[in-house]
Order: sequence, then structure tokens, then C-alpha cells
Amino acid sequence: MIALDLRYACANFQLSAKFASDARIIGLVGPSGAGKTTLALLIAGLLRPNAGRLAANGVTLVDTDKGIFLPPEKRRIGFVFQDAMLFPHLSARQNILFGRWFTPKPERRVPFEQVVETVGVGHLLQRRPSTLSGGEKQRVGLARALLSSPRLLLMDEPMASLDFSRRQEIMDLIERLRDAFAIPMLIISHAADEVVRLADEAIVLDHGRVVARGAPLETIPSASRVLEGGRFMVANALKASVASYDARYGLTRLAHPAGEIVLVAQIEPDARPIRVQVKATDVAIGKSYPVDTSVRTILRGMIVNIDANDSPLAFVALELVGGDRLTAAITRLALDELKLHKGDDVFALVKSVALDERGQ
Amino acid sequence: MFDLSPQEITAIGLSVKVASVATLAALPPAIIVAYALARWRFPGHAALNAAVHLPLVLPPVVTGFALLLLFGRHGPAGAFLAEHFGLIFAFRWTGAALAATVMSFPLMIRPIRLSFENVDRRLGDAARSLGANRLWSFLLIALPLAAPGVIVGAILGFAKALGEFGATITFVSNIPGETQTIPAAIYSFIQTPNGDPEALRLAFISAAIAIVALLISEALQRRAGARL
Repeated sequence: MIALDLRYACANFQLSAKFASDARIIGLVGPSGAGKTTLALLIAGLLRPNAGRLAANGVTLVDTDKGIFLPPEKRRIGFVFQDAMLFPHLSARQNILFGRWFTPKPERRVPFEQVVETVGVGHLLQRRPSTLSGGEKQRVGLARALLSSPRLLLMDEPMASLDFSRRQEIMDLIERLRDAFAIPMLIISHAADEVVRLADEAIVLDHGRVVARGAPLETIPSASRVLEGGRFMVANALKASVASYDARYGLTRLAHPAGEIVLVAQIEPDARPIRVQVKATDVAIGKSYPVDTSVRTILRGMIVNIDANDSPLAFVALELVGGDRLTAAITRLALDELKLHKGDDVFALVKSVALDERGQ
Repeated sequence: MFDLSPQEITAIGLSVKVASVATLAALPPAIIVAYALARWRFPGHAALNAAVHLPLVLPPVVTGFALLLLFGRHGPAGAFLAEHFGLIFAFRWTGAALAATVMSFPLMIRPIRLSFENVDRRLGDAARSLGANRLWSFLLIALPLAAPGVIVGAILGFAKALGEFGATITFVSNIPGETQTIPAAIYSFIQTPNGDPEALRLAFISAAIAIVALLISEALQRRAGARL
């Protein structure tokens, strides 16, 4: 869907990025100053590269050798900004319809009603941006970008200024949009849980270069040495089914092939599987089945990868019984003292589990 | 007191006409120059900035003299315009309007430029990514958002044009019915024995016009601001 090889230099920064990807959602991650936003601006045409090529959905947007540089208005690349960047003098409806007005009729693939309904902004259409909350603004911004029928949707930290539950809503929404409109997306994020949950492929940028890429769960831990001092914490997604609700303790028991998962929440039993999220720092590892511990969620698995370097923390990737991946962040000291190796059968002690509210 | 003589009525009408034409003529280039100064970095940025503000710091009589040399009957620009467009500035009300345009231009630039600088550039980026070219992005986003500054600039320019004296009298003299605006008429009355009451009346009237213009600008600005 996107193929690029771009070089850009300004006074104190150089970017030289090259990748091609067919992923439906690409997660672009990296420490601040890595060039993530610069790359997004180059893709959108809001910055001019010194040299290189860029194609989206097979259409060449930039080719400096051939002297091709499409201006942003001809690229049809939707851009969702961190703080929405709604036009303050226009109503939500006028904002949403702005791009459509400039889209040639045959290329208007995205119907207004469907976007408004999917994004859930029908009740906001008459409002001014200044009267909208952060989450509402972001929804209107998404609807606006979609209505221009883009070839590619760029999102620059779309959830960075939202609180936890608004973030969950927007993540749900991004997944619904991916399924409903089949528009490839590139999401810039500094939050591992967003990338792990949404992206099919993670691309890690550092000092203006691609330093790692691949499936988010494997790529992000192994790239963690370039990611800001552990702030970039790995989250795991597990699929389980609701076994029962324990009213006495207020807990829901989930059945997972690797063991029982105890969740502090009330969920009614349902045939459909649900997803839960586990932070890598909430996972401990035991070599034998632990008997005297307060941890109630104990899952069986095998070590498939160990990522350790000079930093105090090491990332141990497990393949759980049933196939789910789970990454644990443990100290390098524990790694050495327990003598953990690839291929060992171990138990993952999960201290805390959060419901991943993406429904099915 | 407000028993106006024909000479005074003519001067008032002429002043309003000259100031209105000057404001309308100066506003579009002022918007463009202010936008260029606010948004673009180009060779000659500082030189353009200085040139635009020159009439503000030069003695008005020097500006008027420069206009006379350039746009007078035998000046290069004046001769060209007279020959090709039949546009004559020397000793005509059009010359008074030109002098007022030049003098009010720098006063319009500053508020308009400031309001463009306060419009987030990324709003323009958003418009471009949605398919608007530079011109549409300017017309639909930057210009409406800078409207309060444009209104302030227009009113300041109008008030300056209404009061312009030095450059006007140097360039087109003080001809009743042709180039005698309110300030020039006040000056003439003061020079005339027993002309003080007329001068005072015109002084009050010019103050009243300026105050009404200010009130209109306040109201327009409040309306423009309320939309944001």
C-alpha cells in the first residue's frame, strides 16, 4: 500500500527512511525527535524531501529523479493531527464536509451518512469546535479526513491528548474504520499498547532511520533499547472466553488454554471470545508452578525469545499454551539467577489484567 | 453651530470619498503583503518590511514630494498612467486618495500581519491535506480566521486616510472642491481671519467620524470573534 525511500535534511536533523508495506495499519514508533512527524509530513507533501521516491496504493506521489512532486492537495492523503486541528470558524458539519468539496465526484468513495454513523458524530454536527471535548474533536477530525476519500490515512499521535477511556473509544473506532472503509492507515504513536493492538506491522524509527520492523509484539520489545527509558511499555493482548462471574469476590474468571485468567470486572458469560491486555511489567516468571503466591492468574508457556542487553531490564517472550504471545519484563539479575533459556517451559504470573474493550 | 457652509460640506464629502477609496485600494495589497511577511521567508523579507514601513517614519512632506516626483504629470509613473489609462493624479482628488493610500498602508499592515501570525499554520496544512490548494486554503482558512485583524487594519487605515495632511497637501495642494479634505480645510480656515468657528466645527466633525469608525470596528470585531 505504501512504498517509500526518502531523504530529508534540515539544519540539525537528517532523515533517511526506506520501507514498503502492505499492512492495513502500520504503527510508526520511536523516541521523540526520531523523525516520526517529519516522515508523516513528507508523506503528506507538507515537507519536500531532498531526494527519494514515495508511492501510495501504486500511485507515485514523489520521484525526485523524474521530477515528480505532487503538492499535498493532489495526494489525497488524510491527516489526523494530535489536537485534531479543526477549523475553529466552521461547524463540525462544515469541517467534515471540507475535504469532500475538493474531492472530484467520481472519487467520492466514502458516503457522508456512513462516516457520521460509524464515527458517531451525528449529534455534534451543528456544534462549533470550541464547544467539543477532546475525544469529540478527534472523532470529527477522523470523519473529516475520511470524507476526503484518502488513499492513505496518516494519524500523528491521534490519542496522545486523550484520557484512558477516550483512548479506548478511539482505538475501537479506528478498528471499525479499518474494517468498514478499507483505507490503509499509518499511525504514529508512543504508546506500545496502541501499536500492539492496532497495527499489523510496527516500524521503529530512531535518529531518522528505520531501526526495526515486523510484527508489533516482537518488534517493540527488541527495539525497546532505543525507546525512551522504559516509558514505552509493552502490552500483550490475549484472547480468552468468559467462564463465569464470581459475585462473591466481584471477579470474572476467563478460560484460556494456558490457564485461568482472573479479571477484576463483571462480564456476563458470552459465547464470543474477549481480549484482555497485560502489561509486560505486570508479568513475573516462575520455573515451577508457584503454590504460595497471591497471584491468581498463572499461565503455562515456553520461552521463545530473550532480549537482554546492558540495560537492567530484559524482555522474555513466551508462547503460551494455545499459541498466544506474552512478553514479560524482568530484571537481568532474575534472568541470570533463574538461568532462563530459550525453549524452557515456564509459568507466567500475571499480576494485573485489563479488559481490552474492543468487543469481539 | 452645525450650520455648515458649502465649502465645509464639500470638504467633508471629499474626505469620506478619499478615505474610503484609499482604504479599499490599500486593503487587498496590505492583506497580501501582511500574509507574505507573516508566513513566508524569502530573500528581501527584511527589505520589504522596511519599505512598507517607510511612510510611517519619513516626514509626510518627503513622502508627498516623492509622490510628486513619481506620479506628477512629468513623473515616470504619472506620465505612463496618464498616457495609457487616462489616470491623472496631479492636483486631482485621485492624487489625494493615492497619498492617503500610501500613508495608511503601513498602519494596516501591522494588525493584519499579527492576526495571520496567530493563525496556526497546521490549520493550513490540514486544509491542504484535504485537497485545498494554497489559494483556497488562504481564502477559506487563514483569511476568515484573520478577519478581526483585517477589520482593525481597515479602520486604522481609514482613520489615517481621513486625517492625512502633510503628504496630501505637498502632492496635490489644497484646492477647494478637488483636493481640499477636512484637514486641509481646517488649515485654510485657521489661516483665514475669523475662520476659527469653521475650523472648530470641522475638527469636531472629523473627531465624530473617527469615533463612529472605531465603534463600527469594535462591533465587527466582536462579531468576528464570537464565531471562533
